[in-house]
Amino acid sequence: MAKPRVAIFDFACCEGCQLQIINMEEAILDLLNVVQPVEWREAISDHSDEYDIALVEGSITRPEDEERLKDIRRRAKILVALGACATTGGVNKLKNHINSDELKRCVYGAAAAMPHLDTSPTRSLREIVKVDVEVHGCPMSTREFVNVVRCLATGTTPVTPNYPVCVECKMRETICRYEYNEVCLGIITRAGCDAPCPAGGQWCFGCRGLVDDPNVNAANDIMAKYGRTADDLRRRMELFNSTEARPCPRQ
Amino acid sequence: MPKTIDIDVHHVTRIEGHGNIRIQAVDGKVNKVEWQVPEAPRFFEAMLRGRSWQEVQTVVSRICGICSFAHSLAAIKAVESALGIEISEQTDRLRMLAFGGEQLESHILHIGYLVAPDLVGVSSVVSLVKSHPEVVAAVIRAHRLGNEWMELLGGRRTHPVSFRPGGFGKLPKESELKELTGRLEQIVPDLSLIAQTVAALASRLPAFDRPTEYVALVEPGVYTFYHGMIGSTDAPERLPVDRFEQVANEYLSPQSTAKWTRWHRDSYAVGALARFNLNHSHLHPLATRTGTMLGLKPPCCNPYMNSVAQVVEAVEVVEAGMEQIDALLTCGIKSEAPRKPKLQAGSGVGAVEAPRGTLFHKYAFDGNGICTTANICIPTNQNHANIQKDFEAMLPIVIDRDETEIRLLLEMLVRAYDPCVSCSTH
Ligand code: SF4
Ligand code: SF4
Ligand code: SF4
Ligand SMILES: [Fe+2]
Repeated sequence: MAKPRVAIFDFACCEGCQLQIINMEEAILDLLNVVQPVEWREAISDHSDEYDIALVEGSITRPEDEERLKDIRRRAKILVALGACATTGGVNKLKNHINSDELKRCVYGAAAAMPHLDTSPTRSLREIVKVDVEVHGCPMSTREFVNVVRCLATGTTPVTPNYPVCVECKMRETICRYEYNEVCLGIITRAGCDAPCPAGGQWCFGCRGLVDDPNVNAANDIMAKYGRTADDLRRRMELFNSTEARPCPRQ
Repeated sequence: MPKTIDIDVHHVTRIEGHGNIRIQAVDGKVNKVEWQVPEAPRFFEAMLRGRSWQEVQTVVSRICGICSFAHSLAAIKAVESALGIEISEQTDRLRMLAFGGEQLESHILHIGYLVAPDLVGVSSVVSLVKSHPEVVAAVIRAHRLGNEWMELLGGRRTHPVSFRPGGFGKLPKESELKELTGRLEQIVPDLSLIAQTVAALASRLPAFDRPTEYVALVEPGVYTFYHGMIGSTDAPERLPVDRFEQVANEYLSPQSTAKWTRWHRDSYAVGALARFNLNHSHLHPLATRTGTMLGLKPPCCNPYMNSVAQVVEAVEVVEAGMEQIDALLTCGIKSEAPRKPKLQAGSGVGAVEAPRGTLFHKYAFDGNGICTTANICIPTNQNHANIQKDFEAMLPIVIDRDETEIRLLLEMLVRAYDPCVSCSTH
């Protein structure tokens, strides 16, 4: 069986998810046994318009990028969204709460009227095209990525956890951030990252998006126990789940 | 021979982000020479308004995956300065130590994965695995060490979580620092092999000198990445970092969504070569010897030598890291929680030397610690105009060469700056 051809593309983002691929170090070579990279601008100079699997990082914020994404979708048999920017819009969605003229004035001042600065509201990939697999996280977890690529190369379906980060956090025996009087989103956020943030001394800021069906009652109980309110949770959600925290005004 | 060329590199490969090279010459007359940045603006400075002082570093880290430690640390320094948080010497040392890991990781990635293929004449590092297995193995070991060093101090390899305003959310154990220093010692032969390989291939780097202004942080007696004032090779005076706006003088060119900068002349450069030119006399012994072995002599104004200066710095951060760990272990790691601010309206600037050059963050907060304005000036912002000026100076010299060769020379030039293009359009 021929190895599936893989192409990697990026849109508005920090390219930190691609870095997680490079960070696999020599394990990349194992992956090269099952797939064949044909385009990856950040790391190789080869180019190809023909590929089986497209790995796409970043959010869509301009009409020309939307067209490019649609073209990638047409060519690829399987389209995978890499990281929060691609799966939910990530931090890039914070801009959707600000009027676009105000955005440009704030950042570019006197030059704000120049046409090449125009953007549309940030969208995740699945708001535009069909996405076959999503690898969550900011950055995505390398472990999860490797598993997804292996599954795709062998024709099986990767499974994404649908329980909260707290489960993984408790397995690591990390002291809960609520004990430090901090608000942590692990109670409603999709697991799969192994809860590195509470273990590193920071609350979970929800980069993997919410579980499909957050346990609102349990969340309310925790808020009540630690003298917090749903508003505290909502405010914290704004970074990576701003649409869920606060619906965007029409632009 | 009058010549017609038409070069249109739509998205230069093996760099971070999207940049284009556009060259047109008709009958020997050059009528278009452009380094273009078509990256989508993300408007971080606007998105930060309304965010809490506790979240700023988490947001701005996402400006750049490759230098997320630099962004987090510059942001935290700015927040601490704005809110009057005094940190402990231990916190300061641990942060400097952590930052060394990012310099190593980022420089090795650039030299080993992005630049090396040009020196050997192949399209990617994948081909080097067969032709240069030993040095690729050394590159991978050094890259992994950089990453694990970052993870130990920052809690993660990308977008650190242990750095908090006022201190650390999680401190490393003394035993972990001891182990790290052992590994730093062990990596020295790998770095020597990488340096020797680069030295053997350095003749592939074009000899192209163009005097320009070099800007970097400077600190008496230290090859600094983390503290100091703003220094320039064009002027003897040193400016405090909170006056960075007078240095950068940011403006917008129609060919770029990232801002450009200029100070004493049309353009200036930041990064490893700028730091080397300004601070070389403070390098550690092995780094100094590595520079000599590589034929790097200050002042050097060949932009292609920036990658060579990165090799020197990779050695430097390892030597400085071992010294830092020594100092930390002598005092012992004391358990201390992040210090809290007394919330008050105010503003502050934080500057660091990111792997690609001087990075400035500036924030103002209201009395509740909510960000009211933000201004961020990134190394690659400060290099874009200099890349353009290099193109303009280089083209007349190489115009008679083969079009493919011109194209490669320009691509290699862009790569030498190790540009972080999406980061520069933040
Ligand atoms: S998801 Fe996070 S790490 Fe990945 S590209 Fe987006 S901002 Fe960067
Ligand atoms: S720290 Fe966060 S993720 Fe961990 S148990 Fe507590 S709430 Fe859950
Ligand atoms: S703990 Fe939360 S913020 Fe951290 S990686 Fe997991 S989901 Fe993302
Ligand atoms: Fe900026």
